[in-house]
Amino acid sequence: MSELRILLVDDEEEFVTTLAERLEIRGFAPQTATDGEQALEMIKNNDYDVIVLDLMMPGLNGLDVLQRIKRRTPDLPVILLTGHGSTREGMEGMRHGAFDYLMKPLDIDELITKLHEAVKEKKE
Amino acid sequence: MNDPGTSSSRPITGWLNRLRESSFLPKRYRKLRRNIILLMLFVTIVPLSLLAVTNAIQYQKNILDQRVTPMRSVVSKATHSFELFLEERLSAIKFISASYSFDALSDPNTLNRIFRILRENYGGYVDLGLIDGRGIQVSYAGPYDLLNKDYSNQQWFREVQIRGIFVSEVFMGYREFPHIALAIQHLTDDGRFWVLRATMETQKFNNLISAMGLDPLSDAFLINKKGILQTDSRFYGKVLSELPLHITPGEAGTRVKEDVDALGHKVILVYSPLIKHDFTLVMVIPRTLIFQSWQTLKREMSYLYLISMLLIALVTFGSTHLLVKRIREADEKREAAFRELEYNQKLSSIGRLAAGVAHEINNPLSIINEKAGLIKDLVERDMHHDTAKLMRTVNPILQSVSRCRNITHRLLGFARRIGVQYEMLSINEVMVETLGFLEKEALYRNIHIENRLDENIPMISSDRGQLQQVFLNILTNAFSAVTDGGRVVITTREPDANTVAISIQDNGHGMSESTVRQIFEPFFTTKQGYGTGLGLSITYGIVKKLGGEIKVQSREGEGSIFTVYLPKKAPGDQNE
Repeated sequence: MSELRILLVDDEEEFVTTLAERLEIRGFAPQTATDGEQALEMIKNNDYDVIVLDLMMPGLNGLDVLQRIKRRTPDLPVILLTGHGSTREGMEGMRHGAFDYLMKPLDIDELITKLHEAVKEKKE
Repeated sequence: MNDPGTSSSRPITGWLNRLRESSFLPKRYRKLRRNIILLMLFVTIVPLSLLAVTNAIQYQKNILDQRVTPMRSVVSKATHSFELFLEERLSAIKFISASYSFDALSDPNTLNRIFRILRENYGGYVDLGLIDGRGIQVSYAGPYDLLNKDYSNQQWFREVQIRGIFVSEVFMGYREFPHIALAIQHLTDDGRFWVLRATMETQKFNNLISAMGLDPLSDAFLINKKGILQTDSRFYGKVLSELPLHITPGEAGTRVKEDVDALGHKVILVYSPLIKHDFTLVMVIPRTLIFQSWQTLKREMSYLYLISMLLIALVTFGSTHLLVKRIREADEKREAAFRELEYNQKLSSIGRLAAGVAHEINNPLSIINEKAGLIKDLVERDMHHDTAKLMRTVNPILQSVSRCRNITHRLLGFARRIGVQYEMLSINEVMVETLGFLEKEALYRNIHIENRLDENIPMISSDRGQLQQVFLNILTNAFSAVTDGGRVVITTREPDANTVAISIQDNGHGMSESTVRQIFEPFFTTKQGYGTGLGLSITYGIVKKLGGEIKVQSREGEGSIFTVYLPKKAPGDQNE
């Protein structure tokens, strides 16, 4: 299996860089963005297999970013991250076309399972 | 539970408990109870007593009128009988004097015959005498030897010369019988005069008095103008003794007088003087006889009055006790309800914070999660020998833990008990801490917070937790008033030597004047559906509790300014 190209978007830099490092160790090829604008720019210039997007960000928030991605590349799967203890935002995101959502703090194995599922569905 | 043996003492225990309860009653309730009791007793007992007294007086008056009227008429009739009787006897003598000449009467045979006829027809006559102008009895018919007796110096002889007739007072005759004397002056055509004098027993008086039909407790008798009894009295002595009651006969007519006799009995006197004669007929009725029915009524009324008083007092005390108890319970319930509301409001503001706080805590937790996960990954893959890298990984973990700790500390400070705990604090510091709760929201909603805090503001003695709640409530309102990208200005200053002021100004939608007027009222809310309407009323309550004041200025469409004034010294703390 070739390396999955992943874009991790979160305003906490420490979080995204570390998560990227852990995914690298596991054989993925992740890139990071710390705000919505940067993420959209990177999606435009690169070809990703899957996007991991935090919902709560200053400036352009996660939901706006999701809607723009879906408008431009409806096939690109997006996995949402939510910091709130409720599933409300996650469900909201799925109505806007997200593949699935995960609660913070993350379980890395669960994330990897979801990444594979998302890519598999994209290929079908 | 209750031992049947003690059942009899239960009411007493209950009463004692009530008493004990009432002695624990706070002063204002005791005062309230006392005032209500006094007022209720006043408005019930005063009219009742007035009514009782007026009724008693009126009733007594009526009874007197009612009972005395027939007695007056009896006395009046009897008086008239006496007058008639005396008139009749005098007429008889007058008739004799007119029918016979002096010479005819001087003849003892003629006089004796006339005397005999007089006794036979009228009865009661004792003797009959003829007295010439010099006062010498020239002829006499009767049992005594009174011929040639000289009356010229006697009072009655002078009186009969003046008035033409004379009726004597009662006197004891020679046979120890009460008598009266009647005398008629006869003037002859040649200007001389002679007098015809008769003596009469007063037995007939007693008949007239018996005819009045007195009851056994009443008394009636005749007196002369000196108050000497002219007939026997049942209770006040024999004839010719002095009446132990004072009576002024006055003019003709029946009079009524209340008096106390020598034995101390209260009596009613009904009396009437005889016209033309110096006698007065007196009737004495014991007051008790007249007021017998009144006495019974009075006793019954007094019982009724006392029972009414007792009932009024019992009902007043009982109902007032109950009323005050209910008021107190209601007060306590209201206080408890308000405390609960305050608590709920606090919980609800904590709830509102929870979402933001969850995110804030989740972010550092996520970092810790990833960093720790990374270390685990490295160790598992035996890549952990790069110490510098490990340290770079561990440090953010510690920083994140510190971030979490700040948040939990803030929350703990906020969630502290409602009771006030004073400490010296800087309101700037409290404000900055409180803003910490809202930083993220401000960030995400792009709200610009401008701090214009006076760096030299003095420390004040106040409660940190309570102030945080006040600031948080006002700030939350400001945040919900402004649109995304709005602006909130926070100013602290020192308006005077004893006060500090904190203003929170927003450029949100503002409020109408009527809203501003109601804004601190409990349950008033503009956030229909999701507001409790308690936030600002509780904020107001807290500020008042801390000895401060809160003011609002607002203009619709332009924004609002909330200003909190706080005393530098805690209320009730003058020495610091």
